[in-house]
Amino acid sequence: MSSQIEVLEKKKKQYPIIIDQKRNVALWESTRELKLKYLVSVEKIKKFFEGLLENKLLATKCEKCNEIYFPPQSFCSNCRSTELKWIELSKEGELLTFTKIFVKPSSFSHYEDYTIGIVRLREGVNVLAWISEKNLSKLKIGMKTRIETRIREPEGYPIYEIIPEELVS
Amino acid sequence: MERKVGIIGAASSKFGVRNDVNFSELAFESFKPAIEEAGIDTKDIEYFVVSNTGAWSSEQLPAIIVGESLNLVGKGSLRVEAACASGSAGIKTGYDMIKSGSADVVLVLGIEKMNESQTPTVVELIGRAGNYFWEFEHFGLTFPGYYALYATAYLNKYNSKEEDLCHVSVKNHYYGARNPKAHFQREVTIEECMNSKYVAWPLKLLDSSPITDGSASVILASEDFIKRNGIKEPIWIKSIGYSTDTSNLSKRSDFLSLRSSVEAAEIAYKKSGISKDELLRKIDVAEVHDCFTIAEILAYEDLGFFKRGEGIKALKEGQTYTGGKIPVNLSGGLKAKGHPIGATGVSMIVELSKQLKRNVEKGRQADIKNGLALAHNVGGTGHYAYVTILSFS
Ligand SMILES: [Zn+2]
Repeated sequence: MSSQIEVLEKKKKQYPIIIDQKRNVALWESTRELKLKYLVSVEKIKKFFEGLLENKLLATKCEKCNEIYFPPQSFCSNCRSTELKWIELSKEGELLTFTKIFVKPSSFSHYEDYTIGIVRLREGVNVLAWISEKNLSKLKIGMKTRIETRIREPEGYPIYEIIPEELVS
Repeated sequence: MERKVGIIGAASSKFGVRNDVNFSELAFESFKPAIEEAGIDTKDIEYFVVSNTGAWSSEQLPAIIVGESLNLVGKGSLRVEAACASGSAGIKTGYDMIKSGSADVVLVLGIEKMNESQTPTVVELIGRAGNYFWEFEHFGLTFPGYYALYATAYLNKYNSKEEDLCHVSVKNHYYGARNPKAHFQREVTIEECMNSKYVAWPLKLLDSSPITDGSASVILASEDFIKRNGIKEPIWIKSIGYSTDTSNLSKRSDFLSLRSSVEAAEIAYKKSGISKDELLRKIDVAEVHDCFTIAEILAYEDLGFFKRGEGIKALKEGQTYTGGKIPVNLSGGLKAKGHPIGATGVSMIVELSKQLKRNVEKGRQADIKNGLALAHNVGGTGHYAYVTILSFS
């Protein structure tokens, strides 16, 4: 008898109906969990990532119409040419805008709250990236910046970051 | 001959955290009053468009679920996605079908059940609604983060304060408190808004629209069908304008305006023969896309309601309250009514149909003089934009 109750209790624990306490309504908690991880091709732009290893910020430039692409792409959206060459960007620019993310996506929850900016480089190309300075009061629109490769920890991969040339005091 | 497209039924479900209903029940909740208002039979509907973004909800073929639930099996259908503008994209789809003569009656049903996933998952998924590889994968942008980039630039350019943005929240909660279908039916103060936690600086929790479940149904019909069936008082769709912008935010030239909104509005105004300088005299009421407080200010200026840099001033003067030059978001807007992504654009049309018929709750009815209303619906961070103009006489 007692073992039957135990079996029932155990079953009850696994039963997927839960009560939303706040609204007092029943929910079926799906037992099928889905994990998504994408495989994104970088075959035609892999030179960009090689450039980062040498602290270079690379873009592509259309040989026909001179359009510059950052993020880099292997074809020209403008004139449909596939003849693009790699160019190195100056990395010097100024801050157009910025924010700090307090409510992070769950896949970013292992980082400290991070600041993100968009800078305009000398070439007229905009770059969006994390800003090395996390203190908002030290940042200002229009401030001079440069781009540097930094190692993203704990993953340990190189990625470009915005470095303010001088901070607001 | 130009085929006119009329709205013969329009209704919305209660918006909120709707753990008390499943996907089908939520769809049914707006469909039933919409078809009963239209006074037609299910068999009259030739095609149904379902606006839904999904990913956070379990059903992968939402249009098919809707079809089975509403006894529409066998009719043509598709799911429409244009991020937060999916609802307007759905209206555009149905409108074009009728205008082109390929159908006489189309149901457009917008629905989103966002709370089937946990909040961090939803934050993650909406953050990916930009450029996944270059802006999310490496830098973890969030939806508020994208709009925060606009807010920082705007506040800096026009020497405004975070507190100024909170005035949008105060207005929209004021009207949300008077809308029984709204997610949040309570007023908030500037202090509450200023004291709410940062989500993405300078935007706070009370600058942001909530994660909402809801559905909205609009039944569109040709002028022919309307006359043949003696349907009285339809709302006419005068025009729909549309545009898009880059997926990478970094490719935008500035962060003071949503280019797609400006272009969508220009198309809508041109097609309906309204000139920009007579806007405020002609449009009686508007619903604009206030997913964040900054978005409503940008909308005022992008739609040409007020001059560049004067959106906050106009709001503080009360120009977008009832009795002002152009009342905006008397439903509570996305901020207080809630923002069930795919349902939002359809619910704007529902709200404006009721406004034009002077059929909304006390305390949030606009003064209808010319019988013209405007809906502005943005997808993502200006990635998509639609402007729809309705008329009623
Ligand atoms: Zn080219």
